[in-house]
This record gives sequence, structure tokens and C-alpha cells, in this order.
Amino acid sequence: MSIYSEQDAKAILDKVIKLSKADECTATLSGSVDGNIRYALNAVSTSGIVSDAELGVQVAFGKRVGTATINEFDDKSLEKVVRRAEELAKLAPENPEFVPAIGKQTYAKSKTWFEKTAAITPEYRASVAADSIGPSKAAKCVAAGFLSDSARFSAIANSNGNFAYQTSTNVDFTCTVRTEDGTGSGWVARNLADIEQFNAKDEIKVAVQKATASRDAKALEPGKYTVIMEPAASAGLISFMMFGFDARQADEGRSFLSKKGGGNKLGEKMFDERVTIYADPVDPVAAVLPWDNEGQARERTPVITKGKVEYMQYSRYWAKLKEKKASGQPGNLIMVGGDKSTMDLVKSTKKGILVTRTWYIRMVDPQTVLLTGLTRDGTFYIENGEIKYPIKNFRFNESPVIMLNNIEEIGKPVRVGDDESPFVMMIPPLKIRDFTFTSLSDAV
Amino acid sequence: MQRRDFIKASGIGLGVLLLPAYGRVIAAEELLGKLDVGLKKRLADTAMTAAKADGATYCDVRIGRYLRQFVITREDKVQNVVNTESSGVGIRVIANGTWGFAASSDLSADSVAKAARQAVQIAKANSKLTTDPVQLAPVKGVGEVSWATPIVKNSMEVPIKDKVDLLLGVNAAAIKAGANFVNSMLFQVNEQKYFASTDGSYIDQDIHRIWAPMTVSAIDKATGKFRSRDGLSMPAGMGFEYLDGKKEDKFALPGGLIGYGNSYDMLEDAVAAAKQAQEKLKAPSVKPGKFDLVLDPSHLWLTIHESVGHPTELDRVLGYEANYAGTSFATLDKWKSKDYQWGSDKVTIVADKTQKNSLGAVGYDDEGVKTQRWDLIKDGILVNYQAIRDQAHILGLDHSQGCCYADSWSSVQFQRMANVSLEAGKEKLSPEQMVKDVENGIYIIGDGSFSIDQQRYNAQFGGQLFYEIKNGKITRMIEDVAYQIRTPEFWNACVAVCDQSDYRLNGSFFDGKGQPGQVSAVSHGSSTARFNGINVINTARSLG
Repeated sequence: MSIYSEQDAKAILDKVIKLSKADECTATLSGSVDGNIRYALNAVSTSGIVSDAELGVQVAFGKRVGTATINEFDDKSLEKVVRRAEELAKLAPENPEFVPAIGKQTYAKSKTWFEKTAAITPEYRASVAADSIGPSKAAKCVAAGFLSDSARFSAIANSNGNFAYQTSTNVDFTCTVRTEDGTGSGWVARNLADIEQFNAKDEIKVAVQKATASRDAKALEPGKYTVIMEPAASAGLISFMMFGFDARQADEGRSFLSKKGGGNKLGEKMFDERVTIYADPVDPVAAVLPWDNEGQARERTPVITKGKVEYMQYSRYWAKLKEKKASGQPGNLIMVGGDKSTMDLVKSTKKGILVTRTWYIRMVDPQTVLLTGLTRDGTFYIENGEIKYPIKNFRFNESPVIMLNNIEEIGKPVRVGDDESPFVMMIPPLKIRDFTFTSLSDAV
Repeated sequence: MQRRDFIKASGIGLGVLLLPAYGRVIAAEELLGKLDVGLKKRLADTAMTAAKADGATYCDVRIGRYLRQFVITREDKVQNVVNTESSGVGIRVIANGTWGFAASSDLSADSVAKAARQAVQIAKANSKLTTDPVQLAPVKGVGEVSWATPIVKNSMEVPIKDKVDLLLGVNAAAIKAGANFVNSMLFQVNEQKYFASTDGSYIDQDIHRIWAPMTVSAIDKATGKFRSRDGLSMPAGMGFEYLDGKKEDKFALPGGLIGYGNSYDMLEDAVAAAKQAQEKLKAPSVKPGKFDLVLDPSHLWLTIHESVGHPTELDRVLGYEANYAGTSFATLDKWKSKDYQWGSDKVTIVADKTQKNSLGAVGYDDEGVKTQRWDLIKDGILVNYQAIRDQAHILGLDHSQGCCYADSWSSVQFQRMANVSLEAGKEKLSPEQMVKDVENGIYIIGDGSFSIDQQRYNAQFGGQLFYEIKNGKITRMIEDVAYQIRTPEFWNACVAVCDQSDYRLNGSFFDGKGQPGQVSAVSHGSSTARFNGINVINTARSLG
């Protein structure tokens, strides 16, 4: 069992801080139980459970920093890890960008733990596989999916008296359903903290429906189209754009938020005025830990408000240099929307394309955040408010900055997980005009 | 390649305590030790005895010690030096015709035996859902043998100070030559892997890899434009000798450019990168259209990786990776037809786990199969795939092709890409001579942006340096180039490949596959090659 109680975690961290003879000491203790099941070709391929815990200790003598980690927590091991960090610090060159450990913080309480998720059993995982495979087989389709769940605790402490402890749970589910003849493919994904909000039987219907409905796709000419992006389709693009919000990178002139002549575009209007994105660790649907990787308290932070850039990410070093206030880095991104569903957006579309999912997104030009990638697992042509027929997949070359300037309509945000993103996201379905598709793909 | 893993490994944007997730942090001198072979054999025998006693019909044991060192710098600063170690045992069994796997970081005999029994338990539990029992291609036990990467200088023995001095020297040279920013790094890996199986093999291997990437950036403050040029080094299955930058390993390329073979002059490349990054700021934007592309090996490796390496992985072809990496257009019927024209007759592509200096070179794979070399595409025709022991029968093979790999003792081994390389042309041809024949083309050096669909048809690639070719001459640097391909059309448009004297390797340290994800390192070699009539797009945009 590697989920320590607050009391046990604090006892270990207190010992570590006390053992250190350095000028300052920061320690983090975390542990998790991760379970998963993987299936393909309508059969379970692998499943497993991994349990692990780790203590990280960072100490500083002046501006010399040393870090060490260990996964044993008896007194001898604690002494060993502290001494090793101290030895490494003494050997390290001075870090000119050293910033002292954070002071005592006040953290919000976010609801990140759900008992039912932590209690997921191997039998439950097997039932999710069975609930995916059964309906797929019945529809002459082939399911390949992955369910992973985790229960975790995180605790931090430092020699300035800061301490925090919190537990969290997470579930990621993805399933790709292909027709037996390989001419249609559908997909469904869910990311949640509370497994009670999940029903594999309901979810799989979406993937099966998309697989069968996407058979015999027609080819459309590449070009600029009005698109309805399902939340999962635009999440990857929006998340990618956040790399450009680093203040140092922007001030150094290497971000789309760099200003001609120097400085950054904090405070400038860069997006359609309907675009509002914020971070909030206590959001009831997308709650995250109330501290960032450096232990700084996360607060509700406006990132983009009515199209205006309201937030740049200042590291503590860069904030000090630029005389700005350093704040906790966001763990989630919440885009404000309305009440409409994806299908409501389809209904109000005269001509357009419905995109289920985007895939293999990569940066082409960081100057404009030009990204390329492909549609996948359900792309459909819309005419007069109705899905008319499936179409072949497209490659896109588009910038999320341009995309968020070409907004026609915004729907209701839903929680989205993305395996290439560090954020938990709430993203609405979006209707976008002039989205740029540059070539066709034969891939199903 | 997985973006997330690279970010994780390079420490970009990470908090102070978030380290590369490769194991516990250790002192540099601890990188030099090794586990006793006698002890490893005893532990392996303990595991195999326990597994067989509980009903396993097959068992393999991997005892691994995985060591990594990262040295990360920018301009005149060392950002991080991290040494990590991860050791433990992974035990895989077949019981009731089904695979089972368990792993433990505890290398005591009791713990190893317990993990073996757990693996059998899991196999038996999963066997209730089994429809097709595992069929293993036979492997003859090799007894007690060892294999080591033929390194000259063990990277782990080179003092940190020398590494820091090298990188800071490189950074200073780039700044002096006009760069505004430089990030440079050294990644070094040593996998000490012991494999034993009930087939009667006890294989001890010592594997080394090194990579020295850098990014050199230039800024035009007045216009707000920025451009970067990545280093042209290859990640290699070599020791620190890769950084010797020997004269005989330099390649004089068209346009006065320098390419690198089996060693790398990082300082020289940093100076060139700084000048070229500045030049990129002013280079004219490409006019899109059809061009004949002349692709340097430092670029072509990634196109080979994505459009040939991945679609010939048999597990993808069969559908096992459908939910993550995807499937493949190279379906079994195409292979069975014996006339599927993947490329022109200039295109012969081989898989090779034995190639010297490559990232994938090992003596034996992670299920004890002696590594080998085989054709995937012969004179343009698809002739084979990449398969491991439990897949060989699907291809009618009586042996595994030896390309099974696990990225850790705690991960289950599965089919991973062998080094996949384009054979050099048979007729004498240099890159200079190749360029001379091109009327309207683009010469591309270095890898850039890359993206490909889930069946590996439609791909788009960028690069580091683009040069316009007009009437047989390189005229000027151009910018904002990306080309889009449909895999078979692209390889059928290959009209020439330079000869062996131009052959160079490159590759990836972080090729991602599987759920939960695993990474592997793989090389791809080629000589410069020409592809006619390829669709080039302009990637410049305006944010208003």
C-alpha cells in the first residue's frame, strides 16, 4: 500500500527537514497505485497494477543545489537521502539563477479524491473491457481500448515551515472501434476523477456509432472549411499554444507572445472577444492539486479574458528579475462557453465539417504556433444542419491563435484529458470558420 | 517520438524537484558499478524454478540495471546534472498457453520467486479469456554468453566537469558566432541487462548510447522574428568517442555545408548553426508547388522511421496498436501478393539489429533471440515485416526476427522497431553530382516538424535547413518549407540514392509505443536520396 495518511507523510517529511544541515531543505513525498487493462482485436491483451512511492529531497548551501530521491523510508534511508543531496549540493557549481525556497503558503482545498475510483478492482477493469468488446462484436466491429486508473497522495514540506498534503484520483479511458472490414473507425475518450461518473456501456455506443457511420467515406477537396470541433478535437491545439505563455521565452523574443522591439504581449487582445480561459484549482469538475511543481499555491487565474492575454507564466527567477509577482502555475485550463452541445452546433451549420478528434499534432512554426495534425475516427460533412455523410480524413495546418480568432459559436465545456497535455481541461465544442485543411489522408 | 517524454527528459519548464522519470537519483560514481553475474544467474534460476513449479511451460527473466546521466545547459549556465538508476527484475511466463508478467525492484531471492509465482497466477487468470494459445517460434539456448556495445570511451567514466566544459564551450562559440540563445545537452544511457530463459540461455549484455542535442536561436528584435537551428548530431550506440569530431567522419556537402558521420564536432556545428540561424531570419519564403527534393541522411532518417519503420511493425499491421499508435496500410494481403510496389526499384530497405554504432544494436533481443538483418523492401517490393517470437508463425517464419524490447525491467517486452535503413545506391553518385541533375528542387538538411496519420499514409515533414536548387545549382537558403507525402507515391518517386561513401546514420532516443507507453531508441541510415515531384507547402502565417 503506498497511499500514506497525512500524519504518516508529515512524520517522514518532518524527519527529513530536521535531518538536513543545509541552509534550506525542500522535500516532496508522493505515492500511487496505478491499475490498467488493455485490449485489442476484441480480446484482453495486458493488465497490471503498479504500486510505488518516492521521496525527493532538495537542499541548498548558498546557491549550490543538490537533489536526491529514494523509495525506502526507514530512518537509515532518510538519513542516506538527505546526506546524498547535501554531498551533491557541495559538489555542484553555483546556480546563478538560484531562488530561495518558498515561504509558508496558504492552499485552497480542492476535491481531487474519490473513494470509488481508489477502490477500482481488477474485476471492474475486466468488466470495462467486456462492456467495450461485447457491443463492438455485436455490431461487427473490433474494439481496442485502454483503461487506466490511479490513486495518489502528494505531500510537500520545507525548512521555511511550509507543509501540504492531498490525495487525488484519476481515470483515463480511450477506446477505438473499427469495423471488421476496416472501412470505418470511431473513438471515445473520457477523463475523470470520479469513476461513478463513468459508464462504459454508454460510452462505447458513441465509438460504435461513429465506426459504423464513418464507413465509405467520400473525399472532399482540401481547403478552408467551417468546422465543428468536438472538445477533444480542439483541446490538443489549445494546450499546445500554452507553451508560448512562458514569460521568459516571450521576453527573450521566442514566442508568439513576444513583442516587436522587446517585452511580451501581456494585456494585449490576441483572440476573439468571446474567448475566455481561466485556471482554477477548485473547479468542481476539473479540480487539481492546489499547488504547482514548486509548491506555489495555485489560485483562480484568468489566462485569457474576452480575448485579452491576462496571464504569462513567470518562473520565480524570472519574476524576481522582472519585478513581477510569481504565482502558482495552472494545473487546469477552463474555457468558458454556453449551453449548446456539439449536435446543437451542427444544427445551426449550413455547410461544414464535424471533427471527432485530431491526432499527431506537432509544431510547424513556433512564431505563429502553426500546428499540423490529422483528423481521425469520425469526420463528417454537414449540410443544412444535418450530418450528410462521412468524409475522408484531412491533414490540417492551422494555428490555435488564428482558430480562436475565427470563432462562430461556442458550446458547453466538458472535461477532456489529452495524453500529450499537462493540463486537465474543460473545453467546449467550437464552431470555427476558415479552418485550414491542406491535404487528404487515406487512413481510416 | 513522444513529445511528452522528450520534454520530461530535457527538463524544459519543469519544477525544481521534477526529475526525468527514469529511476532514483544517484551519485556519478555509482554509475560505474555492475551487478555480479553469478548472483544474477542464481536469481534467474530461482525465478525459473518457482515459475515451473507453479505450472509455467516457459519463463524468461530479465534482471536490469538502467543508468542514465543528463547534463543540461543554456548559454553560460549549467541548468541541471542528473544521474539516475533503476534496477529490478521482470519475469514473463507462459501458463495455460497465456502470457503472464510480474516485476519487482526487490532483488532478494524470496521476492524474485514471489514475482515468478505472481506472473504464473496472472497468466492462469488471463487464460480464461484466451482463444488462441501463445505459439512461440523456437529459440535454441545459447548457454552463458555476454555481449557489449563496442565502445572506446565509457561515457559514464568521463568526469562531469569535462562534459560541462564541452557544452559551455559549445554555447560560447555559438554566441560568439551570432546566436542569441543556445540550449545544449548530453544524454547518456547504460543498460546492464541480464536475460535468462527456460530455453537454456543466460545472456549478460552491457549497452551504451549517447546523444548531444542542441538548439541555437537567433532573434530579430525589430521585426519580432525568431528562428532556430538544431544541431546535426545523431544519437548513437557509442561511447564518448562519438564527440571526438574526427576529420574522417566529416562529410563535405553541396553548398559548403558539413555533415557528420560516426563522430561529431559539436563546436564546429554550433558555429555553423549560429550563422545559419541568423541567415534563416532573412531567407525568402518558399513559393509552394512541386519540387524535386534532395534529402540528406540527417533529414531522411525521420521520413524512413515514420513511413517505413512503423507501418512494417507486425503488431500494428494486425491491430494490436489500434487504440494508440494506430494500424498500418501495409496489410498482409499486400505482402502476400509479392508484388506490392512500396517504392521504385532504387528502394531497398533493411531491418538490422546488428549495425555498428546504431541505437538498436544488441547481441540478443529481450527474449534471447540472436539479432539479425533482413530485407523489408527489396527493389521496391514489400517482402517482410518486423516480428517477434509469438508473431513469427503468422508470417510462416520458423524463427523470430529478434526485435523484442522493454524499456525497463518493470515493462513487458514487446515488438519494437529494429534499425530500419535505406540501402545505398549501387552506382557511384555523390550529393554534388545528384544536385547537378536537378532543375527545380530543394535540398533539405536536418529533421524538423513531423506528423503522420494512424495508418502511415499521409505525412508532413519540415527540416532544419532548406536550399533552393535551380538548374543544377544551389542558389540560396529558403524558409517556411514543409513537404506532404502519401507514403507509396513518395517512395515510388525515389529516382536516385547516393552511393555507400555518403551513407550516414541518425535516429531517435525516444520512439514511443504501447499503453502504458514505452520508449525505445532506434537508428535509421541512408545516403542522400532524390525524390521527384513532391508537394511542398509554405508554412508562413500572419497573426495580424
